Amino acid sequence: MLGIIRQKVGCRCTPASILGQSLPRTWPALSAPRSFSSAAKQMTVRDALNSALDEEMSADPKVFLMGEEVGEYQGAYKISKGLLDKYGPERVRDTPITEAGFTGIGVGAAYYGLRPVVEFMTFNFSMQAIDHIINSAAKSNYMSAGQISVPIVFRGPNGAAAGVGAQHSQCYAAWYGSCPGLKVLAPYSSEDARGLLKAAIRDPDPVVFLENELLYGESFPVSDEVLDSSYCLPIGKAKIEREGKDVTITAFSKMVGYALQAAEILSKEGISAEVINLRSIRPLDRQTINASVRKTNRLVTVEEGYPQHGVGAEICASVVEESFGYLDAPVERIAGADVPMPYAANLERMAVPQNSNVLSASVGEPGNLMCPEYF
Amino acid sequence: MASAFSTIKIIQPLSFTTTTTTRSPEKSLFDPLKTNPNSFLGSTHKLRLLSSKSSPSQNRRSSVSAVSEVVKEKKLKSNSSLPNLLITKEEGLQLYEDMVLGRAFEDMCAQMYYRGKMFGFVHLYNGQEAVSTGFIKLLKKEDSVVSTYRDHVHALSKGVPAREVMSELFGKATGCCRGQGGSMHMFSKEHNLLGGFAFIGEGIPVATGAAFTSKYKREVLKEADCDHVTLAFFGDGTCNNGQFFECLNMAALWKLPIVFVVENNLWAIGMSHLRATSDPEIWKKGPAFGMPGVHVDGMDVLKVREVAKEAIGRARRGEGPTLVECETYRFRGHSLADPDELRNPDEKAHYGARDPIKALKKYMFDNNLVTEVELKAIEKKIDEVIEDSVEFADASPQPPRSQLLENVFADPKGFGIGPDGKYRCEDPKFTQGTAHV
Repeated sequence: MLGIIRQKVGCRCTPASILGQSLPRTWPALSAPRSFSSAAKQMTVRDALNSALDEEMSADPKVFLMGEEVGEYQGAYKISKGLLDKYGPERVRDTPITEAGFTGIGVGAAYYGLRPVVEFMTFNFSMQAIDHIINSAAKSNYMSAGQISVPIVFRGPNGAAAGVGAQHSQCYAAWYGSCPGLKVLAPYSSEDARGLLKAAIRDPDPVVFLENELLYGESFPVSDEVLDSSYCLPIGKAKIEREGKDVTITAFSKMVGYALQAAEILSKEGISAEVINLRSIRPLDRQTINASVRKTNRLVTVEEGYPQHGVGAEICASVVEESFGYLDAPVERIAGADVPMPYAANLERMAVPQNSNVLSASVGEPGNLMCPEYF
Repeated sequence: MASAFSTIKIIQPLSFTTTTTTRSPEKSLFDPLKTNPNSFLGSTHKLRLLSSKSSPSQNRRSSVSAVSEVVKEKKLKSNSSLPNLLITKEEGLQLYEDMVLGRAFEDMCAQMYYRGKMFGFVHLYNGQEAVSTGFIKLLKKEDSVVSTYRDHVHALSKGVPAREVMSELFGKATGCCRGQGGSMHMFSKEHNLLGGFAFIGEGIPVATGAAFTSKYKREVLKEADCDHVTLAFFGDGTCNNGQFFECLNMAALWKLPIVFVVENNLWAIGMSHLRATSDPEIWKKGPAFGMPGVHVDGMDVLKVREVAKEAIGRARRGEGPTLVECETYRFRGHSLADPDELRNPDEKAHYGARDPIKALKKYMFDNNLVTEVELKAIEKKIDEVIEDSVEFADASPQPPRSQLLENVFADPKGFGIGPDGKYRCEDPKFTQGTAHV
């Protein structure tokens, strides 16, 4: 029972993967007793990321972590806690505040045979180094006709944080997702964080790994399989977090939690929503999305980022191209408002998707923040 | 106001040291044996005490305000009865061949460009050969080179066959990157050429990363014999870019085995170095970051080579990075699309008269190292190599349609690798993307 209470207190979202793959995907109301929860171990996303880094560094001496405050400070968000003590300053490399410089150094090290994990204190700072992510990392394998591969992970918190204003609050999924040569992952739960980060580090290509600051402290149940050091998720595969038959909701990162909450409320109204956790922005699992839409005939996409040319826009295009005849209603896109993030708390709240947006969109009302009439 | 700014071209930099003045158009061809070298490498302290006693002819920013200890020692020894040359005959021939190869290759590129055989931006290296040859010919195969968009000759010096470079420029499947890179993006894994980079400053961190790897391999992976050195080539324009400073800092901080080679050809497209940089003496930025800074006559391959030997040796011994400013000049415009209207004809003539290939030839003749016949043989051989490369490139097939979607990822099947080393979710079509071609 303690586990349930902790979830209810500490977690604003419905945990995604309590049941794991082997149990039936039926979802009791949030308040219903769950006898199984005491059996599953709990792990925060922070610990999931930390353990994934630790295990991969332990398994492969070519893996090293570099970035601002990753070492002695133990990580700006404590993701690298304990790693300096364990692996030493050569492999947990504190850098000066020079994104362009150290990101390029990471890329060069990857060219030359190492497997760097470059931490951005937040992904907003990756813009100082975007030249290296796109021009030096993503394109080199192609430009060199396969001679120079770039096994590197760029990771850090992405998306809207709280109260930090326009320059520190934005989602980069669509930015990096539009670039060939990159793989872009966005974990939601602890299972995602562990499985995807381990996959990213082992992957021979550059991976942009978009974490979410507000999820770091969230606890999720994890199975023994997830805790196994060999655990690894496939890149490019979405996860159906909750099955349904009336409407498909796609989401990634923190928005998966909102989508699950919305689905929970909808279920009480007799609407069965299928929630797809994209996990991978690029490659995008078009197959799973289209199969779901063909079943439910309705689609709502949810993301924190800007609407124009966003992840939702790409999903819409895919569904219109491949499953147009199956749609019973126009696709609804829920995205961040088409404005730089405001500072004032009330405006900020209005600028990012809320549960109510997902809910209204799912029942056919305008939920879309991008609509000009909202402003 | 206009006149005030127009004077900038001849403004002298502030004399922090007694050697600083702008370039001297009157400066004669440099002879490594006859100058008054100042010690430099390994001592940043000495940098600030440069040659207050230098001769009047050098009481300006001479073409070389500093050279290595090696040159100094050799000069001292040259008082003995035995001739003390900077190179052996074999070395001289090798340097000559490499420079002639670079020159002839670039001249052929210009021809082929104007004939429509290559396209886009093509930046030629004519005039700067002494830098590429002087540095790269000292490297081992395992050492790496990171270049800029002016990268053909660095590739050739590093050993990439002329055929492959020419073919790449023609956009053919036999090019060193199968036609996927182009003029500004030469890569060769085999020769550890880690790219030409088309953005100013972009290559510097990548090179620093390669040097970081060498050190990591030695210290963390315990590959004791890994003493590989990285050379980062870039121009004067790049030295005003933040990535240059960021990497000088980190390379010195972490004592990385790298040499930052500035090819200061005075012009960043149409922006004069003197008009762009507060203190035009780039080498001074080395000591500011705690590494030696060296200025060398980049039109003299022997001089470059002596400095390069010391800098590369220093890096190989694990003593950290060096910043070398090579004062050089490009004999052609920035690219073949550049009308080159801003550079003064006198300036061009001055540097044209200091052609590094002719200078080496003269040195070798003066010292009876080689005969005219031997040099002619080399020139003939290179002509054949260039002709052959053009024929090869011309006859080579264009990349097949199927190649368009290849090599986007190293991972041939997609979706990541599982703990067993096998692909978790095989999808052979994944790397082909979603586009229909």
